[in-house]
Amino acid sequence: MFGRLTIDALPFYSWIAEAGAMVVVGGAVVSFLLVTYLKAWKTLWFDWFLSVDHKRIGIMYLVLTLIMFLRGVVEGVMMRAQQAVALNSDGYLPPMHFEQLFSTHGTIMIFFVVMPFLTGLINLIVPQQIGARDVAYPFLNSLSFWLTAAGGALVMVSLVIGQFSRAGWTGYPPYSGLQYSPNEGVDYWIWSLMISGIGTTLSGINFIVTIIRNRCPGMTWMRMPMFTWTAFCASILIAFAFPALTVVAAQLALDRLLGFHFFTNGDGGNMMMYANLIWIWGHPEVYILILPAFGVFSEVVATFSRKRLFGYDYLVYATACIALLSFTVWLHHFFTMGSSANVNAAFGIATMIIAVPTGVKIFDWLFTMYRGRIEFPPAMLFTVGFMVTFVIGGVTGVLLAMPPADYLMHNSVFLVAHFHNMLIPGALFGYLAGMNYWFPKAFGFKLDQKWGVRCFWLLISGFYLAFMPLYVLGFMGMSRRMEHYANPEWQPYLIVAAFGAALILASVACLVIQILVSIRNRDALRDETGDPWNGRTLEWATSSPAAPYNFAVIPEVSDLDAFHSQKMEAKAYQRPQAYEDIVMPKPSVLGIVLGGLGFIIAFAIVWHIWWLAVAGLAGAAACVIYRSCDDDTDFVIPAEEVARIEAAHLERLTPERQHDMRIYQPSAHAAEPVLEGGRS
Amino acid sequence: MLLSGCSLIRSPVLDPQGPVALDERNLLLVSLAIMMIVAIPAIGLTLFFAWRYRSGANRPDYDPEWSRAPALEAAIFLVPAAIIVVLGTLVWVYTHRLDPYKELAAGREPFQVQAVALDWKWLFLYPELGTASVNELSFPADRPVSIEITSDTVMNALMIPALGGQIYAMAGMRTKLNLLANEPGTFDGRNTMYSGDGFPDQHFQAHALTDSEFEAWKAKVKASANALDARAYVALHEKSSANPVSYYSSFEPGLFDLILRKYAPITGPYESKAAEIICRGAA
Amino acid sequence: MSHSASASAALAHEETHALESRDFGFWLYLMTDAIIFALLFATYAVLSGNTAAGPSGRDVFDLAHVAGETALLLVSSITFGVASLFLKVDRARPAVLWLGITLLLGLWFLVMELSEFSGMIAEGAGPQTSGFLTAFFTLIGTHGLHVAVGCLGILVMMGQILVKGGTAPVRSRLNRLGMFWHFLDIVWIGIFSVVYLPAVL
Repeated sequence: MFGRLTIDALPFYSWIAEAGAMVVVGGAVVSFLLVTYLKAWKTLWFDWFLSVDHKRIGIMYLVLTLIMFLRGVVEGVMMRAQQAVALNSDGYLPPMHFEQLFSTHGTIMIFFVVMPFLTGLINLIVPQQIGARDVAYPFLNSLSFWLTAAGGALVMVSLVIGQFSRAGWTGYPPYSGLQYSPNEGVDYWIWSLMISGIGTTLSGINFIVTIIRNRCPGMTWMRMPMFTWTAFCASILIAFAFPALTVVAAQLALDRLLGFHFFTNGDGGNMMMYANLIWIWGHPEVYILILPAFGVFSEVVATFSRKRLFGYDYLVYATACIALLSFTVWLHHFFTMGSSANVNAAFGIATMIIAVPTGVKIFDWLFTMYRGRIEFPPAMLFTVGFMVTFVIGGVTGVLLAMPPADYLMHNSVFLVAHFHNMLIPGALFGYLAGMNYWFPKAFGFKLDQKWGVRCFWLLISGFYLAFMPLYVLGFMGMSRRMEHYANPEWQPYLIVAAFGAALILASVACLVIQILVSIRNRDALRDETGDPWNGRTLEWATSSPAAPYNFAVIPEVSDLDAFHSQKMEAKAYQRPQAYEDIVMPKPSVLGIVLGGLGFIIAFAIVWHIWWLAVAGLAGAAACVIYRSCDDDTDFVIPAEEVARIEAAHLERLTPERQHDMRIYQPSAHAAEPVLEGGRS
Repeated sequence: MLLSGCSLIRSPVLDPQGPVALDERNLLLVSLAIMMIVAIPAIGLTLFFAWRYRSGANRPDYDPEWSRAPALEAAIFLVPAAIIVVLGTLVWVYTHRLDPYKELAAGREPFQVQAVALDWKWLFLYPELGTASVNELSFPADRPVSIEITSDTVMNALMIPALGGQIYAMAGMRTKLNLLANEPGTFDGRNTMYSGDGFPDQHFQAHALTDSEFEAWKAKVKASANALDARAYVALHEKSSANPVSYYSSFEPGLFDLILRKYAPITGPYESKAAEIICRGAA
Repeated sequence: MSHSASASAALAHEETHALESRDFGFWLYLMTDAIIFALLFATYAVLSGNTAAGPSGRDVFDLAHVAGETALLLVSSITFGVASLFLKVDRARPAVLWLGITLLLGLWFLVMELSEFSGMIAEGAGPQTSGFLTAFFTLIGTHGLHVAVGCLGILVMMGQILVKGGTAPVRSRLNRLGMFWHFLDIVWIGIFSVVYLPAVL
């Protein structure tokens, strides 16, 4: 009846497992009670869970990100604490827990923190940035979110019921195969990747079509804001790369569920094929994670340097080059597998070539700051912090791209330091910058700056303390994923690293406090104009938060910095002759239902509850068929309603609240003093 | 901290004990130096511009429309590209020169070793001597070592950082690693690829011995009461961690190939009783 | 629900735009599916020699049987085309009829494939036997799964045409289902020439 799910799956075998389960269950109970207390179930269900509005879906992605981020960070800190004490001893974490921790930490941070973070920001901003009313497939968008959430829920459930994988976030067989990992852990890993991966693939397709087909008139390819460009390239990478993840995860699942021989040791399996397939997805994935952050930095650096972006077209070409090259380098993840020198050298050189467009980008941002008038809100601090720190990661990356050097550093904590050095500044800083920058657009009030600045300084100093020692330890021959060790010379470095991890934890606390303080002070932080930073791109032309339809009148664009030039020519905020009816997609219950069924199917397969899996599949098929027969998926917002919403917005846009654009006069011509007027 | 500084300088990667590791380290340091041509200006200018053009400075050269400078744009493309051309050339040359499969020409015949990754220990077979050891690798210091590697479990990676890089060990596959020590000494080696619960303790010591030491070591191993026949191998194959060093005065003839054959897609009857025991993994 | 004239015009315009977007997106979806098949082909190429102790392709493939499957699938593509043409000129009943024929051909194909599979498994050549058979069953099985989904889609479209007639959304859906169905043909030709032919020749 319940497959291999028995009472033993409950976490009463160790206090660590119990504590983890209690946090999950407790968190769920508290959230439930809180929503009940606030009498918010109806709003939550109808206005959010069923919503197909890209802005609301974007916000839900961000909430998912924050929850998963808290878990991922705590796991990282737990591992650093373990290694700080585990000299010739088991520390406080038995291998079983330590191995699950490094597997979940990687899986969560990549699939359920950075991916939903960037998807959330793309959802929130790209349609507004290209002057569109919604994405190409609003319902599919909701489905993508709920599938991603289902994957995250599966990882969370593994804390309460059974165990997660112990095979690392890349799950290399044969270790992840049935013979060496017979329990449900690897299955949890496979199926959480599988369902969230389907959601991601659909998102990728959605945004390719949105950006190609829904741009407003006048927005040619070379007038697209950088964030939209990077979102576009990342979406193409998603569409090309994620099928490979689906294939390799399905093959591993077949090996485990039905005794197939894709990657088994004997019987004609080939584990080297796994390494190739997972990295054919995995390397483009790295750029999926980082490219949209490059877009955020491009927007932030231009806005807060109060200058046009330097070398825009080179940034575009560099982005496209990086996207293309990212498919040609996957073998550098396993130079040590015994490929011939020709193959290794060719992939090593291909990898290094990526450093050129990336370097171009860094210098383009640098020269955007040159002769600017730079302000330093948290978003800009993260950007500058990124530029400095990312260069170090790039240098160590080129070192690892050289096969002979990689023979020494592969599988060591040097590698761990390298990829954290790319992903923490390259992705996390970027999306935190994006969150600080676009938060008012999503919620109508700004984030508290003081706590944002604290978060930044703790995060960057924590980063250096936590990961620079790991570079050194790599030289000293320390391998990654060691639950304990016997070399006393390593311990001082590991203690410093643990201290750095504690600072990172403190920075995350500041992030949470920043959000709470901002909610409390929301009236003081209110953004009345929709343009709190004197922004340059179209998303700042809408109100904050934007009306359901974003733009009452689809804008026409004649410049890269479309909104900036409108403001300079005093053409922003014009009242049209008349408003028109606006067609918007209806909310749908099927997104959350299909996401829930996805969760049930995955859970059933993990535990071999076959009847439930079949029932779930049948239900999902019924939902899809129902949806495919539905012709009535849109509704109309009447012109009068649009006029009412717009009038209220324009009323708040008093002249004294608008930005004084005279600050953009080159200093040589500026006779009058710079005015700071209009900042509310 | 001073102590730690010393330990960094003496670390196996920065203070290599063999020509392969030395070349690998030098390549690392030279490339690092070359990259500083771009990295230092990038970091320095970022901080400098951030300070110099802060809005509080209210500099007179503020130019909000300045976004084009063809010469500069060419430079920021060409300088990194030139560096990558140099580094790419280095990569091509050194990847071939330091190919771990290439036998080292050191005037003397390489000393052959066969390494088998097990859960969670290393078995070393010495075909020249007809002996075997677990969790210890010994070889004459004045001869290069040529190691054939396979695994009788999950993927592992064999590495002796002071002597050179690592290569994966995979079941049913034969990989190779060639190393050479400058002079007699003892070096740490380990499996670097996570392989399960016993992974942290899966390390060993590699001894490069003088002629007399090596003769003594040979005699010591030969005198061991243990013989690694097929049944003993099956027993050794059982999972165990933090195994002490142990010696075998002999091993099953062709043991390494039998372990490979265990996973090879060969049909037909087993050629010997030993092959059957090893391939079935049970006596 | 009654709309004003302008609202109906806005809805109609939105619908046209949305349907065009869906066609474009469906091409992208097919591309992702093509990548899945490409990787399954690559897997097959890597594993096809790994017969372990089991049979090879020459031992288990029956080219006459496969030729039959091929014929069914190719003819079904033609009948699907005929159905689309009828719907284009608004003749719903013949369209449904030809779709029905397509469905029968698709189901017949599936029956033949399943009989091939069960025959192989009975001979001890199941997917658990060797890397080669694992890759074979997965590649062919994935294609078969797609055909099964296509059959379900045809059934749904027959229902929709009967109930709604040839409205713009229905035609657009049938068009996309047709793209899917023809795509499966192309994949099958790949399977025929990469899997069956080289093994038997």
